[in-house]
Amino acid sequence: MTDIPDIPFLSLAIWIPILGGLLVLATGPDRNAWMARLVALLTAILGFAVTIPLYIYFDAAKVGMQFPEARSWIAYFNINYHIGIDGLSLWFVLLNSFITILVVIAGWQTVQNRVAQYMAAFLIMSGLMNGIFAALDGVLFYVFFEASLIPLYLIIGVWGGPNRVHAAIKFFLFTLAGSLAMLLALLYLHSVTDSFDILVWHRAPLSMVEQSLIFFAFLAAFGVKVPMWPVHTWLPDAHVEAPTGGSVVLAAIALKLGAYGFVRFSLPIAPDAAVAYAPIVIALSLIAVVYIGFVALAQADMKKLVAYSSISHMGFVTLGFFMLNPLGVEGALIQMISHGFVSAAMFLCIGVLYDRMHSRQIEDYGGVVNTMPKFAAFFMLFAMANCGLPATSGFVGEFTVILGAVQYNFWIGLLAATTLILGAAYTLWMYKRVVFGAVANEHVAKLTDIGAREFFFLAVLAACVLAMGLYPFPFADAMHTSVNELLRHVSAGKLH
Amino acid sequence: MNFVVPDFFPAMAEIFVAAMVLTSMLSTTFARNLARNLAYVLAQFTLLVTTFITIFTLDKSIIHSFGGMFVHDLLGSILKLVVCFAMMIALLYGRGYLAERKLDRPEYYLLALLMLLGIMVMITANHLLVLYIGLEIMSLSLYALVAFDRDSMHSTEAGMKYFVLGALASGLLLYGMSMVYGATGALELSGIAQAVAGQTANKTVLLFGLVFLMAGISFKLGVVPFHMWVPDVYQGAPTPVALILSSAPKLAAFALALRLLVVGLPGLAEHWQTMLMLVAAASIVLGNLAALVQHNIKRMLAYSGISHMGFMLLGLLSGGVGKLDFTLAAYSGAMFYAIAYVLMTLAAFGMLMLLSRAGFDAGEIEDFKGLNRRSPWFAVLMLFVMFSMAGIPFFVGFFAKFAVLEAAIAAGHLWLAGLALVMSLIGAFYYLRVVKLMYFDEPLDKTPIIASTELQVMLSVNGVAIVVLGLMPGTLLSLCRAALLASSIPGG
Repeated sequence: MTDIPDIPFLSLAIWIPILGGLLVLATGPDRNAWMARLVALLTAILGFAVTIPLYIYFDAAKVGMQFPEARSWIAYFNINYHIGIDGLSLWFVLLNSFITILVVIAGWQTVQNRVAQYMAAFLIMSGLMNGIFAALDGVLFYVFFEASLIPLYLIIGVWGGPNRVHAAIKFFLFTLAGSLAMLLALLYLHSVTDSFDILVWHRAPLSMVEQSLIFFAFLAAFGVKVPMWPVHTWLPDAHVEAPTGGSVVLAAIALKLGAYGFVRFSLPIAPDAAVAYAPIVIALSLIAVVYIGFVALAQADMKKLVAYSSISHMGFVTLGFFMLNPLGVEGALIQMISHGFVSAAMFLCIGVLYDRMHSRQIEDYGGVVNTMPKFAAFFMLFAMANCGLPATSGFVGEFTVILGAVQYNFWIGLLAATTLILGAAYTLWMYKRVVFGAVANEHVAKLTDIGAREFFFLAVLAACVLAMGLYPFPFADAMHTSVNELLRHVSAGKLH
Repeated sequence: MNFVVPDFFPAMAEIFVAAMVLTSMLSTTFARNLARNLAYVLAQFTLLVTTFITIFTLDKSIIHSFGGMFVHDLLGSILKLVVCFAMMIALLYGRGYLAERKLDRPEYYLLALLMLLGIMVMITANHLLVLYIGLEIMSLSLYALVAFDRDSMHSTEAGMKYFVLGALASGLLLYGMSMVYGATGALELSGIAQAVAGQTANKTVLLFGLVFLMAGISFKLGVVPFHMWVPDVYQGAPTPVALILSSAPKLAAFALALRLLVVGLPGLAEHWQTMLMLVAAASIVLGNLAALVQHNIKRMLAYSGISHMGFMLLGLLSGGVGKLDFTLAAYSGAMFYAIAYVLMTLAAFGMLMLLSRAGFDAGEIEDFKGLNRRSPWFAVLMLFVMFSMAGIPFFVGFFAKFAVLEAAIAAGHLWLAGLALVMSLIGAFYYLRVVKLMYFDEPLDKTPIIASTELQVMLSVNGVAIVVLGLMPGTLLSLCRAALLASSIPGG
């Protein structure tokens, strides 16, 4: 594995989807929809293909950034096109490129309106998000972070449900509010260090006051994006109104951007502040886990239920990070990947139902298993993964985080563990009401089971969920070195 | 006192424009039947040749002429180039609109050229009186242009309003200049700077004068508290005139502020910086809040312009913190902002021209409804403009905001930068609303977009430039910095 080919895989992973997206846009009006779909699919597959070498040639034992690329972008401000990945970001680039293929396939027939623009928005979004995970320059990160709002804003607003305008604008403004605080922090860091390089910032000595301000600025940006309680309210709206593909990308990838920001910015740049304010973040995370779990229980809309369940699961992620022990951080990262698969699958399942019934209300369903047995089996698996059943991917992350939490403090561990009960309660109760029982009405009686296309993407995700649940070591192995290095850096601190 | 023949060479561009104004006036009088096209062609020709003259006389050294009243420097040349480009685009955009309304009389182009002359004189002035003369040539031409649609009540009302308030502002400025002259005994900018530095001037009179100068500058920039005319005049004036008004004169006002404050009164920097701080903060707050509730897109753009000028001032007030590098970065940030703003406002008003047709004036924000259905290409261009104005990256507006905010933070004005960011969040809402109307709503008006090819091509170039400059802002920024470094801007 020593001879890495001299190909900029990381840049390709960013720019192939973006340029492919522009190509898709060029196919023009809906009479060329087949061409748009085909180009989109090929681009998505190619975009995923170039990320595979990233895993093959990734050296899990190596400290620091791999596949680095650095060239000057805006010399005037000393902003560089500096990208690279480590064990923290590797999986998200792969996950993102992979999910993009599924999103393209999921929208293959269900989207009939402005197809080229739909596909292009997802592809461009995918490239921008790879850019976020790979960026090692603060401004580059910010530019990708902000620019990725535009496609999602359009996706929700153009192809969304009846209340889409409200949801799209709320999503945009909430996220923008947080990221403007981050911009202030980035500019401040630049004025102190005279550099925009994130790795330079990691080493820059900062006083406690500076660290605190920077920490809270980042908390604002990433907390909204995760989203953490109490700034989570945009997410249920956005999920409910977004088209299926939008919900999938939002849950599977976009939420991870915020959590990733914590490990890339907050912890290493302001380590002492992170230690000092960890109890605040832990408290907010526990509220998300427990309170939002109860909120999910009360939902009548399936998408809203899964949206709240996402918030609750992401609360687990932030909880894991701020335990600041290896189990917690690694568990949280694994939980992020697993949630990427599971939430994508849950939203796709709801999408399958919605395409047939045009309703997301739980009460409109009942006895779906009678008419859609294959679908019910897949849905069962994903529901189980969502509540963290052993042998599914959901279990690995949650269990590790709970172990980390118990190590940190028994009572926090206990509170966190309630998610296993709450998660099971809201997910399985919903499942029971939708799938089991007698056929509820004539609409359900007329349902047809999933076709080959739907079978394909659900089966692929099912394979991922099971593989990760049964054999999670490849995921964890790639992270060890980076997580240990991060925790060593945090515990060393910057105040001497 | 012996008479010295001045060196005319540095002022060649200005002299050429003046000559062309006369040529245009005479030729259109005698060739009345050709006049419409002739005046337009002559105006574009003048702009083109002026651009070439300016490019060929680009020089890093500073040349004074006319007994020190006139200065030819890189800063002036770059600003003149941008002004020429902006005017070319503005005249091109407006042509079809004016023709459809029978407003394309030769006087329109004549007044535009005269305004150009005024702007160029302002940009190159090194003397209070020359500055004032340039300002008046520009303003008087603009008053007439605003009232150009003389049969329209709105247009004449706007012209009247602009004239009365503008004359007042000019008076204030002149009064301020007279006080500065009284205190320092000098009219030449460098002489004033020396007198202030030498502590011989009466500080009270000087500060009193500064306040009046500030009032004049604020009026011309259209910033709070001298902003009241902006929305009314933009709304009332014919759209092509509003386009002219919102582009080139802003650069002239930037030059006015730079010459008067930075070159002429660096000794009073701490005073005018404090004043500018209040003006900038108030403009950003009021501009963004008021733009939120507008239905008329020209009014919305007017208020957004007020806030953009406030942002530009953030750069202008962050200079002079000790290091030359910081000072240059701050002023070039402001200059970059002004140029970026001109580019964006040209495109935004160009869009209005595109949507308008004979008998229909696109003026309401609602007129953008469903543009994506009618023309995906122009919808995406307008999306670029709106996100650029909101300061979202990959567009030039982001790096413009970035440059001035960085300067403000380097100068220690953290609260001001924070306030600006909060307000730009509020501002994002009304830009998003335009995008929402274009993409999420169905069109009210399904007529296909008919516009001349030249307008469509130029608008596309303009929109794409917003993206290209957003991806590669480095060259223009370096150019701004080089221009300021080579001119008589004192650092530190």
